[in-house]
Parts: sequence; structure tokens; C-alpha cells
Amino acid sequence: MVTSAIENNIDGQAHHHTETFISKYIFSLDHKIISRQFLFAGMAWAVLGGLLSVLFRTQLAWPNETFPVLETLFSTWYTDGILKPEAYNAMITMHGTIMIFFVLTASLTGTFANLLVPFQIGARDMASPLLNALSFWIFILASVFMLASLFAPDGAPSAGWTVYPPLSALPQTSPGSGLGMTLWLIAIALFIISTLMGGLNYISTILNMRTKGMTMYRMPLSVWALFFTAIVGLLAFPVLLSAAVLLIFDRGLGTSFFLSNIVVGGSPLPYSGGSPILFQHLFWFLGHPEVYIIILPAMGIVSEVLAIHSRKPVFGYKAMIFSLLGITIMSFLVWAHHMFVSGMNPFLGGVFTVFTLLIAIPSSIKVFNWLTTLWRGNFHINPASIFAVGFVSLFISGGLTGIWLGSSTVDIRLHDTYFVIAHFHLVMGVAAFFGMFAGVYHWFPRMFGRMMNNTMGYIHFGITFVGAYLIFWPMHFMGLSGVPRRYYHFNEFDAFSQYANMNVIITVVTIIVFITQFIFIFNFFHSMYFGKKAPQNPWNATTLEWTSPVEGIHGNWEGDLPVVHRWPYDYSKPGADEDFIAQTTPLKEGEIESH
Amino acid sequence: MSEALEITNPTQHHSNWPTPDNNEGGEKSPVNMSYGKTMMWYFLLSDAFTFSAFLIAYLAIRMSHVWWPNPNHVFNAMPFLEGVKAPMGFVTIMTSILILSSVFVVRAVQEGHRMNKNGVAMWMVGGIIGGMMFLGCQAWEWSHLIHEGLRPFFNPFILDAEGTLRIAQSAINETTGIREIAVNAQNQFVDVHGVAHTIGEGMKQGGPETFGALFFGITGFHGFHVFTGICLNIYVLVATLNGTFERRGHYEMVEKIGLYWHFVDLVWIFVFLAFYLM
Repeated sequence: MVTSAIENNIDGQAHHHTETFISKYIFSLDHKIISRQFLFAGMAWAVLGGLLSVLFRTQLAWPNETFPVLETLFSTWYTDGILKPEAYNAMITMHGTIMIFFVLTASLTGTFANLLVPFQIGARDMASPLLNALSFWIFILASVFMLASLFAPDGAPSAGWTVYPPLSALPQTSPGSGLGMTLWLIAIALFIISTLMGGLNYISTILNMRTKGMTMYRMPLSVWALFFTAIVGLLAFPVLLSAAVLLIFDRGLGTSFFLSNIVVGGSPLPYSGGSPILFQHLFWFLGHPEVYIIILPAMGIVSEVLAIHSRKPVFGYKAMIFSLLGITIMSFLVWAHHMFVSGMNPFLGGVFTVFTLLIAIPSSIKVFNWLTTLWRGNFHINPASIFAVGFVSLFISGGLTGIWLGSSTVDIRLHDTYFVIAHFHLVMGVAAFFGMFAGVYHWFPRMFGRMMNNTMGYIHFGITFVGAYLIFWPMHFMGLSGVPRRYYHFNEFDAFSQYANMNVIITVVTIIVFITQFIFIFNFFHSMYFGKKAPQNPWNATTLEWTSPVEGIHGNWEGDLPVVHRWPYDYSKPGADEDFIAQTTPLKEGEIESH
Repeated sequence: MSEALEITNPTQHHSNWPTPDNNEGGEKSPVNMSYGKTMMWYFLLSDAFTFSAFLIAYLAIRMSHVWWPNPNHVFNAMPFLEGVKAPMGFVTIMTSILILSSVFVVRAVQEGHRMNKNGVAMWMVGGIIGGMMFLGCQAWEWSHLIHEGLRPFFNPFILDAEGTLRIAQSAINETTGIREIAVNAQNQFVDVHGVAHTIGEGMKQGGPETFGALFFGITGFHGFHVFTGICLNIYVLVATLNGTFERRGHYEMVEKIGLYWHFVDLVWIFVFLAFYLM
């Protein structure tokens, strides 16, 4: 396709090669289309994941009420109008799995790496467009398996998104540990293969396909963040693949990798010699870097969006890059802080505490730099920029409690309480969503050639931002007083009855926030067809994607590739005519490149 | 680029090989490799983590056991030589074959640099035959151990009361459906030669059953890699013979697939170390 674009240019003609709807929009090799495909798939998953959270929150708020309407809609999960206990477990499992893997890993990285990597480094497409398309289609295959697991006849997987054995290994333990769990594991194995293909492409494209003048230190921070995300993904996911394969063996072949001396219903099972803790280690060796796989792309997007909309160079460009590198390395050294209560040696717990607290340093550098980027900037308010500010706010709020939880002495007290739920939802759940929203609002004109509606964007931001705090702030207090996570109801716990009203408030806000997201979805699809036509460079940004034709052509640029002469953050440069200088503008005589 | 520079620049050593850029005068890669080779290296790094996870699982489980079957006794059989005890004999032959096939592929890469089509094809054939022989050896070893009663969920290698390693006869228990060794009233079991021995302490169910699981799981995963490697080598052979690489002007694909083949070889060294030497 790249070749045909070049040939057409040589002939001096526009694109006349025949394209059907299927070759253009379905089995496309074009990075711009694959980016949209990942975004659409992610939006569908996010709606489903959000819906599941509404269902289990409804149960937590009104544990004794009956909901005949919900039973009509979701008859397999309800009896007598009440969510079944095993279905409740399935809802929380699938909510976590969908949001973490399918939305915030695959879709967030898939959308923005595909969109930004070739555009911002000045490449005609990915290094291997075929591998790129395969990555998406294997992701869809994984999605089909995961969706099937939700409707498994025995029950959806219900061992939590961490699928600890023996709960996940033995079909006897819960209805969802039958066929549903097998489908879950197959889906994740396929998902890892898809991530691998995508990651290989992002790394080699960034290293090899940069246009003339686009040195590594002239790349926008979004590309740098996606580069490190791909590296973390390539090194962390294969370990989960190993764990999933061994768990499939335990389930299917009768091996005992993660099982040892288990008695069910009075009769001993024939397993011996394995270790469930081993699975926890393998899982969290992925599981912790995974949260950085989720947050790094959001950090990159936010760095870019904040600099552009505050019309200032990003503060500490190289510090940003090296803090990304620091997080990348450190993310592999902290996994056992999820396992402080697993009976690990307290000395080892101390080591992991120290590493965990050290990772706060690069994170704080980034927060400091975002705040100083905003400081005294000419801040342009629009949905993209306020979502980016919202990201910083949520990241600080959630990050601070991370320091508490990273310390083993405190964590032993707070482990598996709502404090943990509050922490990780703020710092990597909602924050990453805010990064993603900022990215969508900012690059929508680049993706679809039209502008999104600002008013709807502000409503979306306002309710979601306030809602996020209303939902998760009270959970800190619940967690501190010991309310455990993953419980079906607290009817038998008098001590927690004081939080009954709190649970109602949280659930009502959850439902409001969930409905608010449809404003975004309406805005998105309406603007796609009826939005204001986007100008060539709607945000007056410096980076290369805004020099490519708005309508989006194969090969991204007519004729030669753009040549880069400066770093990407020449905003409000003293002595310049405008408040931005595009990367393609040569340095003036005597002008010194910033940074 | 001037003539003088061309000689001193190491990337220009093989002028017929792809340059590491976007082919439109873009920036050079900091790692100075074509994108395809970069992809292969990162894939191998990723795959190394997969194998590391398996081998760490092996070590973690093995270290938690008091007793583990001595590999000198488990792996002492030779095909066609019934009754001959040759500890590590067969696996040494297997390993040598795999290393030799790696050497053949190195020669194929070298001939590729020389643009010698027939040379590449000849050495690739050597590499493919080596890989197939290795898989054949593995198939024999697996079937031999299965014949002795080893299963992913059962281990017949146990100690008798004198502390000698024996291979116990086993059968599936009709009531439980679980494979176990038969023990008589004197706490005796029957070995594969039909001789009864008193069972060693702590050996009621057979040896550590994770032994078979780990052995079949990890050597099986490695064998799967050898199999895919053979498929890729056959692709390289076909593409060499029909002149694809010659028309492309370089044989870099031989080198990329060769990297994978050497990686499979290297992983075997660690598997060999874990299962046969430790």
C-alpha cells in the first residue's frame, strides 16, 4: 500500500486503486484504520465492563432488594430478582479482566501507538503492517473467547482477575472454574500473543522508521512513553503466558504445578508437590508491570496534551524520558508487594518495600514536571486539556496511598480491603481512562477529520471527575476500618452496617457516571459524521501528525516525507512570530535548538 | 557517503545488505539493525522470559522437595541397546546433534553473506536434518519414559528401603481412577523387572509427581520451538532455492531465522542443565 501511494505520486494522480469497504475498513493494513479498530473495540469492552460494575454495585448497595427488571435482562445471573453470589464473583472478575486487559492495555496502547507512532516519527506506516493487522485480529479472537467465557453454561470465571489457584485450577471450587475458566485462560494466552505482535512492531518502528532529522531526542514524549510501554509488555507478558500454560496443564492434564495436598469434601485430591504461591509470583511478575503498561501511555498522552494546551514546552523533557526509563526498570523489581500476606520472609518484604517506595521518585518527577508545565502557562481550556489535568489530579490522589500500601507493615493491615480498591482505581484505573479521554478529545480531529463537541465534553468531564472522587474517596475510610473487598454483602457484619448508606451513595454515583459515558459515546459518533470540519492543525501543535493531509491518505504524506529540524516542544519560543514552531521549520540563522 | 567512509563504516561491510533506516533517507536506528532483525531480537528476549518463567518454576518446585529422582538413573537408557546402562549417553548425542545443526546454520548464514545460493541451501538442509533428528531423539526418549510409567501426573521413580532408585509398576486404581503403585501388606512394591522391594520412607504415592509434569511440560515446550524452527528453516530453504533472496539482493532472512535457531539451541542448554545435570 505504501508502494502504491508512492507510485501514484510519481504519476501525479490521486488514489484510484479500487478499494472495497472490507479491504479499507475491516482487513486493513493501514495504521490509521487499525488505530480506529482498537478504539471501537475498546469502547465496546468498556461499556460492558462498566455495566458489570453497575450490576455488582447494585448488589452491594441494596443487598436484600429484588430487581425483577435486571432479572428479565440478565436472567442467567439472577434468581428471584437478586444477583446470584457466584454471578457476583463472576461480575467482579470479568470487570477487572475486561478493564485491565481489554480496555486499558489493548485498546489504550493499540489506539494511540497505532495512531501516533507512525505519524509522530514521520513514517509511512508500521514497520510490518501485516503483523500490525494480525495483532488486532488476534486481539479480536481473544475477545471472542473472553466474551464466550462470560456466557459459559456453568458460569462465568469467578476467581478474580488474578485467577489464583486452587480457586482457578479446580472445577469443584466454583461454577465459574469450569469451562468459563478454561476459556478465560485461552483468551489471555491469545491476548498475550496479540500484545507481543503489537509491541514488536512499535519498538522496531520507533527505532528504524524515523524520518530524516527525527533523532531519538526529538521524539514527542507520547512516542517515548509508547516505546517503554512496548518494552515492559514484551518482557512481562511472556511470564503470564508461562503461568497460564502451566495452569491449563493443571486443569486439563492433572499435573500439580500449582496444587498441593488438597482435600475437597473430606476426600484428598491426587495433587502433590506444587505451590500456589509460585503462581502468585509468576502472575505478579506480569501483574505489577501491567499497571505501568496501562499508565505509561496515559502519561505520554498527558505530557503531550498539557504542553500543547498550556502553550509551553514540556518541563524537563529529558527528565521525563529518564523517569519513564526508571519506571520501566523499577516496575520489574516490585511485584511481591502484592504478596506481603502470602507468608513471605519479612526481610524479603522489606526489600520489596524499599523498591516500591523508590519507584515513587520517577513518578514524582513526572508529577512535578506536569505541574511546572502548567505553571504560568497560557492554558487553553478544552475537553482534552482538562481531562489531562484531571489525570494529574487522580494520579496524585491515588499515588499517595500507594506509598502507604507499598510499605509492608501498613499493607498487612490494609490488604484486600476497600482501601486497595480506592488506591488502584484512582491511580491506574480512572487516571488511565482520563489519559485515554484526553487523547481521544485531542486527536479526534486527526483520526476523523472533524472536531468533537466541547459542551458535551465539559459535561462528560465534570460529572466523571467529581463522580470518580465521590465513588472512590469514601472507600479509603471503609478500607481503613477493615471492610474487605470482593464480599457479596455485609449483612452479617454489624461493624460494617455504618457503611450501608455509604454503599448506596457510591452505587448511585456509579450509575450516574456510567450513564454520563454515553454522552461521550454520543458525542464521539455524532461528531464523526456531523462534527465541525477540522482545520489542518486545530491545536496549533508542532508535531508531524498535523502536517499530514486531514482526509488521511495511505503513506501519510504526499511526495517526500517531512524533514525534522527541531524538538517537538517549541511553544511560545521568544522571538518567534507565532506561539508554536512546527518541527518541520528549519532553525533560523543563529537560533539554538531548545532542550 | 564517500568511498573512504564506506570502508570504515561497519554497516557497509556487506554492501548488499539492508541499511537500518526507512529507505527514504531517514534516521539510523540506534541499535544499527534492520527492523526485521530488531523484531527478532526483541521476540527472542520476550521468549527468553517465557522459558525463564518455566525454569524458575522448575527450580522453585524442585527445591521445595526433599528428594528428587537422580537423573543418572532416570536417563540411562539407549535405543536398540536393551539392558545397557549409559547415564546421560543418549542426551549427550541429542545435544551434540542440536549444536551441530546450529553450526550448519551458521555456515548457511556465512554463505548468504557471500550470495552463494547453493551453499545456503546445502547448509540449511543440514540444519533441518539436525533438527529433525533431535525431535526424533526426543520422541524416543518420551516414549521410553512413558513406557516406564512416567506421566505428567505420576512418577514411578521411587526409592526402596535400601535407598536404591527403582522403577515401580503402576496401575490405575479402579475406584478412584487415579494411577498409583500397588503395595502389598509387607509394604512392598514390584519393580519393572518383576522383583519385589520394600518401599522407602515417604514414597507411598510414587516419587514427586511434579517431576513428570515439569519434564514433559518444559521439554515439550522446547520441542515445540524446535518444531517451529524446522518449519521456518524449511521456508528459508524453499525461498533460497526458488531465488527469492537472490532477487531481494540479500540473505538477511537466513540470519534472522538463524538467530531463532541458535536461541532454541541455547534454551536447550539450560533445559539440559536443569533436567539432566542437576
